[in-house]
Amino acid sequence: MADVNRGNRPLSPHLTIYRPQLNSITSIFVRITGNGLIVGAIAVVWWLMAAASGAAYFDMIDGLVTSVLGDIVMALSVLALWYHALGGVRHLIWDTGRALDVETSDKLGWGMIIGSVVLTALTLIAI
Amino acid sequence: MAYVTDRKRVEGLGSAKTGTEQHWTMTVTSVALLILTPFFLWIIGGLLGQPHEAVVASLSRPVPALIVGAFLVVGLHHMRLGMQVLIEDYTRGLSRKIGLIATTILCYALAAGGVVALAQIAL
Repeated sequence: MADVNRGNRPLSPHLTIYRPQLNSITSIFVRITGNGLIVGAIAVVWWLMAAASGAAYFDMIDGLVTSVLGDIVMALSVLALWYHALGGVRHLIWDTGRALDVETSDKLGWGMIIGSVVLTALTLIAI
Repeated sequence: MAYVTDRKRVEGLGSAKTGTEQHWTMTVTSVALLILTPFFLWIIGGLLGQPHEAVVASLSRPVPALIVGAFLVVGLHHMRLGMQVLIEDYTRGLSRKIGLIATTILCYALAAGGVVALAQIAL
């Protein structure tokens, strides 16, 4: 009973008074990219189902997916996928109790940003 | 204030019910997806824009079909759990329930659609 503490606990980072820093921004983008990938998932499954349904319908959907707009959506999806994957790696490292200090977290954050751009470029060149 | 222990005071409060299982499932599926992602991008990226016969021929082979199927099933299960976290963080009440049901249906429908398409392509 002696350690009851109702008033002096750390507050949640309320967004209106919270100064953004690399850690919070890279974190929210892991969430945004992960959920945004539903668009890429819908496109790929649609494209697969079109391939299953026959050549005529496939040509139409494949044309949509490889149009300028389709290319933009796919390239952004690849970027989102690599960014989210690297963010996941950072979480896997954090979950072991390592790299939780601000300096190392910031390094990992820059690693996610630069790494995802590099991996996206490599992916788009390779395919 | 009532004379109760700290344990008694907090028991049954909060949301700590299946969070551990959710977190562990995300951990396991994320490692699986890290392995599958390069292969998935290689296969699908190489096939976008190819003629229909080439796409069907490639996805009829067991290993590409396995990788694409595994990526979609594991990935959309992972996505369902991720979207659940988003919805639980930002919504409440009826919209939370509707959101959870809708995203669950969408994710599993996409996974099923992908698997059925792969089966039809292979047969």
